[in-house]
Amino acid sequence: MGEAIFLTLKLAAVTTFFLMLFGVPLAWWLARSERWWKEVIGTIVALPLVLPPTVLGFYLLIALAPQSPLGEAIKALTGFSLPFTFAGLVVGSVIYSLPFAVQPVRNAFEAIGDDPLEAAATLRAGPFDRFFSVALPLARPGLLTGAILGFAHTVGEFGVVLMIGGNIPGETKVLSVAIYDYVETLQWQKAHILAFGMVAFSFAVILSTMLIERHVRRRFP
Amino acid sequence: MKNKSFFVALLVIASAFAATRPSSAETVNVAVAANFTAAAEEIATLFAEETGHEAVLSFGSTGRLYAQILHGAPFSVFLAADQERPRLAAEAGLALADSRFTYALGTLVLFSAEENLFDDGSILERPDDFNRIAIANPASAPYGAAAVETLEALNLYDKLKDRIVQGENITQAFQFVATGNADIGFVALSQVVGEKGGSRWRVPQDLYSPIAQDAVLLKSGADNPAAVSFMAFLKSAAAHKIVQNHGYRTTP
Amino acid sequence: MSDAMLGARFAGTIGAFSLDAEFDFPQNGVTALFGPSGCGKTTLLRCFAGLEHLKHGAFSIDGEVWQDGRRFLPPHRRAVGYVFQHANLFQHLTVRDNLRFAMKRARGESAGRFDELTSLLGLGDLLERMPGRLSGGERQRVGIARALLSAPRLLLMDEPMSALDLQAREDIFPYLENLRHTLSVPVLYVTHAPEEVARFTDHLVVMREGKVIGAGPTVETLARLELPIAHERQAGIAVDAVVADIDLKWHLALAKFDGGALWIGDTGRSVGERVRLMIQARDVSIALLENPKVSIVNRVPAMIRQIRRSEDPSVQMIALEMGKTVIMARVTARSAYLLDLKPGMKVFAQIKSAAIID
Repeated sequence: MGEAIFLTLKLAAVTTFFLMLFGVPLAWWLARSERWWKEVIGTIVALPLVLPPTVLGFYLLIALAPQSPLGEAIKALTGFSLPFTFAGLVVGSVIYSLPFAVQPVRNAFEAIGDDPLEAAATLRAGPFDRFFSVALPLARPGLLTGAILGFAHTVGEFGVVLMIGGNIPGETKVLSVAIYDYVETLQWQKAHILAFGMVAFSFAVILSTMLIERHVRRRFP
Repeated sequence: MKNKSFFVALLVIASAFAATRPSSAETVNVAVAANFTAAAEEIATLFAEETGHEAVLSFGSTGRLYAQILHGAPFSVFLAADQERPRLAAEAGLALADSRFTYALGTLVLFSAEENLFDDGSILERPDDFNRIAIANPASAPYGAAAVETLEALNLYDKLKDRIVQGENITQAFQFVATGNADIGFVALSQVVGEKGGSRWRVPQDLYSPIAQDAVLLKSGADNPAAVSFMAFLKSAAAHKIVQNHGYRTTP
Repeated sequence: MSDAMLGARFAGTIGAFSLDAEFDFPQNGVTALFGPSGCGKTTLLRCFAGLEHLKHGAFSIDGEVWQDGRRFLPPHRRAVGYVFQHANLFQHLTVRDNLRFAMKRARGESAGRFDELTSLLGLGDLLERMPGRLSGGERQRVGIARALLSAPRLLLMDEPMSALDLQAREDIFPYLENLRHTLSVPVLYVTHAPEEVARFTDHLVVMREGKVIGAGPTVETLARLELPIAHERQAGIAVDAVVADIDLKWHLALAKFDGGALWIGDTGRSVGERVRLMIQARDVSIALLENPKVSIVNRVPAMIRQIRRSEDPSVQMIALEMGKTVIMARVTARSAYLLDLKPGMKVFAQIKSAAIID
């Protein structure tokens, strides 16, 4: 049980790191670009919101299979194939949680508007300078919300993990799968403990994002 | 607030669906273990032709179906993937204990999507020839337990333990193998009976305990002629033939 | 004051709006860009900053080409200071850090001016505050200091007063006037308030519908009745004068200018001091004869230079020449008819009030 909890937190932490690494520049581009087809990209990013996770997981399973072109490329590059590994779970979770991290960050970037960025430009701040010293600090609440939601969503993630995980203790057997197993094997007592833990955790997460938003509204009226 | 109206709409739609199927003496609701899906559909068709009753099938994992029955799901007949859940249902007073019988015996097969990879179990002794072995979760799926038993009987379990990946159920174990993510895997004969190609080895019966799948008449079906009739029909020669065609045995 | 002029031209379209503006402005002093809202003055300012890129444009300063032909310097490569209508302070930084943001990126060119500018703009007590806790006027002062700390070669001010209430405006005027005398860079000042034009600009560019319709030194240009600025309700003329006498008994000072002299309220000036007076057109009436039996103290002989109909059919604008000085009078069309006013007529300008604005 402890192993599953630790693995879940590790997965969520690593996933959140990559979510921010890829999600923030992506959100910035989605917020600032004036190309019409950016909404096509935005839609693709949002797809995991509506796709059943098992469908996404199944496609990932096919796409990442050792014989598939993508799978072969990954194997040539890294020496191993992704399904049934921790790294594979990270890849799946990043894709699946991407909209939850990108959307709040994109909203935050959009809310900044042109004004502070133009002010920075007239003060001789170049594009990267503007991004790091103006956009990022101003979007901090959105970044925090995105990170928290991405983390929380990864913790609760089930379908994708189920499909590409292989239920290997210590490697891919995360909390949600453990709960499922306990239910399946009639160990409802343990399932209850874990499930209650997740309810409490989710409550804390959602409450904290709401408190952050309230704090921000007060600070920047 | 948008979310709220969405939720309300969902409730409305759900309640509309719930109201569409009135319970009738001519209908029996059957909870069917997922691995028996194809066979059950054929049996239901034949059952309707022969008796005029309608069998409405709900598929799911045995564990989930059992949990639903425990919480009042309106099923009259339970076709499980194991013997334990029907027995527990009877013990809980939800099923008629003396109605329980084995309607099918599963057969374990070692399978690979790759052609000519093997034709007997000796591949298991050549770990360099494959990457991973997919099995169903042995804790919850009888086929998974049978796979572990087989490996233990061959004295290979400890050696191959680290190569095992678990599907949550036998369907998923099959997906791992079919998509090539696992080179080989223990699956149900019923899953590959219609598949052409690939490599397969039918695991000898003496390597694992029988995978007996039991059916039981639930309390709510006791007075339903369609339910009683469906239980009887499962034992008919016509039904046996369908079961066997799908890769199960009907006698040990 | 040197007479060196800078030339600029920007032309092109943004959406449905088309701009085609070409004008010169002095290297030294403040140039007003005046016009009604929507006439393109802010767009023009943004072109100078590089925040808009119009297809055709030419502007160079101190030998550095900012735009010409296909050459276009992005805003962060231009030594420009921009004071925004709503200040645009960085909400996540204190006042001090807002100012340091500008200093850090000015490559040391403004090092050492921090203390000078914060005291000039009265920011000493505000440095540790967050922008959200400043009043509109305070915010604007920080915005000005920030723009100047970026060591600009050209200062652009986009209606810095328009978002302020009357009191805040009055508070900030002295700071702006202070600046006008200490700044050594050219300033482009966008406004639609004639009072601001008269009060602290040296040069005036009048715009309408994306085009420049008149330009020249502020004092002369304000009195050109064909330009719409002369017909504004607040229209008036700025007159440069010298204090010639003080009447201690009645607390009056005599301000002498080319063509006449006015008694004005004594605000503690001393004889010989230079002052700038604002004479609003609605405070000037016309008499054919000198009439000592009115309450108006200032009755100055003048000649009618130009008469022009206003948009309001009951009003006529009259330009009056007194030596080299020109002021405006706003009279009813009926009076102009009854008195049979004609260009070239000698009359008396009765000036009800004049304010020292500088």
